[in-house]
Amino acid sequence: MTVAVVTFYLFAVTLLGGALMTVLARNPVHSVLWLILSFLSAAGLFVLLGAEFIAMLLMIVYVGAVAVLFLFVVMMLDIDFAALKAEMAKYVPLALLIGIIILMQLGLALGVWGTSEGFEERLVAPILLDQPNTQLLGLLIYDRYFLLFQLAGLVLLVAMIGAIVLTLRHRQDVKRQDPITQMMRDPAKAMKVHDVKPGQGL
Amino acid sequence: MIGLEHYLTVAAALFVIGIFGLFLNRKNIIILLMSIELILLSVNINLVAFSSYHLDMVGQVFTLFVLTVAAAEAAIGLAILVCFFRTKGSIDVEDVNVMRG
Repeated sequence: MTVAVVTFYLFAVTLLGGALMTVLARNPVHSVLWLILSFLSAAGLFVLLGAEFIAMLLMIVYVGAVAVLFLFVVMMLDIDFAALKAEMAKYVPLALLIGIIILMQLGLALGVWGTSEGFEERLVAPILLDQPNTQLLGLLIYDRYFLLFQLAGLVLLVAMIGAIVLTLRHRQDVKRQDPITQMMRDPAKAMKVHDVKPGQGL
Repeated sequence: MIGLEHYLTVAAALFVIGIFGLFLNRKNIIILLMSIELILLSVNINLVAFSSYHLDMVGQVFTLFVLTVAAAEAAIGLAILVCFFRTKGSIDVEDVNVMRG
């Protein structure tokens, strides 16, 4: 057992255990925390595979943004999660049945699949082992897949606009700033000087 | 020595756990979304494992785009969830059919 083997099994077991606890946990906050553990273990597996950039991306984007977004939503919504969980036992047989069927179907492919003849010559972008992973990835996404890269940015932009439009609401009872009125204000009419005589009111 | 099959087995198990979660948490959309994230993560593990063992970088580029789409999907899904909770007061999947029209 070398260090790499031990590390692989450590990360793999943590990943699967975290994933299992994500779907089984009673409290959704715990669920999100187990999800974070799974993502961190997956990042560890990616480092073992030599994909450091994807691993760091997984940590920053997933643990830093998506998981925290889940955490925010779970804590923001005031839901009786115990009632939701109470009916979970009803679905266990169906879920187990479908899970085992899919696992068996995936298991059928184990050990019998193969690669086609001479695939080494047909690689699209061969990895040169003396170059860093980030450099190779950057050369690909900023050059050959630049259109796809920009379209990915467009997907994120549309998602951002969609999320804002969906959740924005104007409350009637809150005082808001009105920039148009502020800009169109006439200084001459804004102030009036009164000459008040002593002993008299206005 | 850890081979490609080891990673594929882990990814397959993760995929099945994700599907299991989809069927188990029928009432709770938040955990449904988390299960979808797990399924997409298993696909990413497959892509990176093949990319690494066949020494082809394109698999990691695909992973990048899968990550992008997964993040967008989570954001939109949670926004719809918040919107739905405001009008309905619950996040039960069975109530979602009021959204039509």
